[in-house]
Amino acid sequence: MLKKVILSAAVSLGFASGAMAAGGAGHVENFDFSFEGPFGTYDQNQLQRGLQIYTEICAACHGLQYVPIRTLGDTDGPGLPEDQVRAYAEFYEVFDPELDDFRPARPTDHFPQSGLENAPDLSLMAKARAGFHGPYGTGLNQLFKGMGGPEYIASLLTGYTGEEKEEAGTILYENKAFPGGWIAMAPPLYGEDIEFADGHDNDLHHLSKDVSAFLMWTAEPKLMARKQAGFVGVIFLTVLSVLLYLTNKRLWAPVKKKYKA
Amino acid sequence: MSGIPHDHYEPNSDGEKWLHKRLPVVGLMYDTLMIPTPKNLNWMWIWGIVLTFCLALQIITGIVLVMHYTPHVDHAFASVEHIMRNVEGGAMLRYLHMNGASLFFIAVYAHIFRGLYYGSYKAPREVTWIIGMLIYLLMMATAFMGYVLPWGQMSFWGATVITGLFGAIPFFGEGLQTWLLGGPAVDNYTLQRFFSLHYLMPFLIAGLVILHIWAFHTTGNNNPTGVEVRRTSKEDAEKDTLPFWPYFVIKDLFALAVILVVFFAIVGFMPNYLGHPDNYIEANPLATPAHIVPEWYFLPFYAILRAFDGDVWLVIAVSWITGGIIDAKFFGVLAMFGAIVVMALAPWLDTSSVRSGRYRPMFKWWFAIFIVNFFVLMWAGAMPAEGIYPYIALLGSTYWFAYFLVILPLLGVIEKPEAQPATIEEDFAAKFASSGSGAQPSAQPAE
Repeated sequence: MLKKVILSAAVSLGFASGAMAAGGAGHVENFDFSFEGPFGTYDQNQLQRGLQIYTEICAACHGLQYVPIRTLGDTDGPGLPEDQVRAYAEFYEVFDPELDDFRPARPTDHFPQSGLENAPDLSLMAKARAGFHGPYGTGLNQLFKGMGGPEYIASLLTGYTGEEKEEAGTILYENKAFPGGWIAMAPPLYGEDIEFADGHDNDLHHLSKDVSAFLMWTAEPKLMARKQAGFVGVIFLTVLSVLLYLTNKRLWAPVKKKYKA
Repeated sequence: MSGIPHDHYEPNSDGEKWLHKRLPVVGLMYDTLMIPTPKNLNWMWIWGIVLTFCLALQIITGIVLVMHYTPHVDHAFASVEHIMRNVEGGAMLRYLHMNGASLFFIAVYAHIFRGLYYGSYKAPREVTWIIGMLIYLLMMATAFMGYVLPWGQMSFWGATVITGLFGAIPFFGEGLQTWLLGGPAVDNYTLQRFFSLHYLMPFLIAGLVILHIWAFHTTGNNNPTGVEVRRTSKEDAEKDTLPFWPYFVIKDLFALAVILVVFFAIVGFMPNYLGHPDNYIEANPLATPAHIVPEWYFLPFYAILRAFDGDVWLVIAVSWITGGIIDAKFFGVLAMFGAIVVMALAPWLDTSSVRSGRYRPMFKWWFAIFIVNFFVLMWAGAMPAEGIYPYIALLGSTYWFAYFLVILPLLGVIEKPEAQPATIEEDFAAKFASSGSGAQPSAQPAE
């Protein structure tokens, strides 16, 4: 075991990283999201649409095991009314160790885990992927464009070329955004897969963007509170800096004056 | 303290006198806060306060985080998500702690490089320097173990790679690695001991910080000229110094507030910028991330570690001479730790009689290259070990060692230093006299 771990670590250091840099990274488009920038906020309607897409399509295979269902009612999130949250929870069956049986989920439960073994959990996907890198390992692109997690997801969903190939009994689909270019997930969205009650655009581009925004919320539900806290902190500390600057200037003035010609 | 003549604490009221006879704690605080400090300290002398703040911030946020965190492989990742989602203010608390580590390292590097440029490590401040290096080592150990706690992919694989370094030590390396990990591979027992040590070490750091401050309060502060405060009389000393409170406390707090504006902007608007996306994936011993990279503050030393691979003639030679005991992997480990050892030995490697780099015309350039080289190494450490990058890392590593082992000893012999001011007061006066009409080289030429 030990040797294996060290070996795999050495391999990852030596070779895999090289392969990654040698052109494996896919093309990620810089989508515009409402929550970008210091003042960006989630678009509640978009999160609700994203939830609908997630529920009708993604949830068939993927899970959101870290997300409590009750947070769908958060005003900083999708903001569903309480009765809708409760009704939504009942869609899912969860295993209750106390009952030793399955029962309909309650708002206090989490979303179920992924149903398919090789489908990753999506709770943190928007933070677990970086769409933007470099240039040349400097991280400057991430400074200006953001980490690019939601952009990566949206690019992936719109990045299928339609090409397929079979490899070791698995069908792989060509995808422009996926590192390596071939992904095991069949195209989940084609456009017009979903009808929104308000008749909102449901082409592939819009659906991909909406569900990516929703997944950003599942990954970072406190984004708006965090930005607000950051904003208050910056303002408060700027005022404090000015006051301390003036205090310092006044304090040192007599000391410096002694030496002024 | 400090050997600089100054007023000492005199208890005034009866209550103070009563306490002073029994426990002179107020006197200790007074002498610490009122220590005579060179007037001419510039803005590079503010990092001490920033570092003290960071230590306090990390301890306070850390203690609260521990209230909600579960150190178990089955629960650690989920408990961090619990903090991020369900704990009131938990997301902010964790982001403060996460980015607080980065601020801590930015400050410590600035602080160390300040010391290297102005010769703060030279006699009589060697003990301050050595304690500082120990603090820095403990900081690295603490940060490394802390990074393992969220139990993400980078936590797990970072721990595997770094503890694997100890396994490279000949003869007892594998035993040492097992002892560190608590078992044959990174697992629950590793997580639990790292958690325990991550909680312990900040308090060891705090103890060393007290010694660090005690040491430089004994010798007095260095300053940008490197010229010592006059100790001939209290009057002379007072011309060179000002009490720490309020002059330097207010100045340092102003600098701290400005730095915190930037810090809060990062925490509030881009808290994951300095982190790694892979750490939002739960640790999986069966899936190796494509690219294992340590946090940015380890990158220069990571570059040094990887620079000495089996193709470097020095490594081949050493391996041949030692009969293969020192192989490429162990050589890299030795180089990485050696890089910090040579830095710690700077007081004895630097032969120049002049303390401050300000008056050393050749040293200035070598030091500038040293700083640039540090960032080049940091960058090389983040790049994959292929193509041209290992050569750049090797070149940078060579310069790092050459700086301490060749350049610093030689410069003291061949360099002709420039004239230094006679006193700190003269330096301080010159700075403010130049803005006026006539030149006034010294306020008290008679001295």
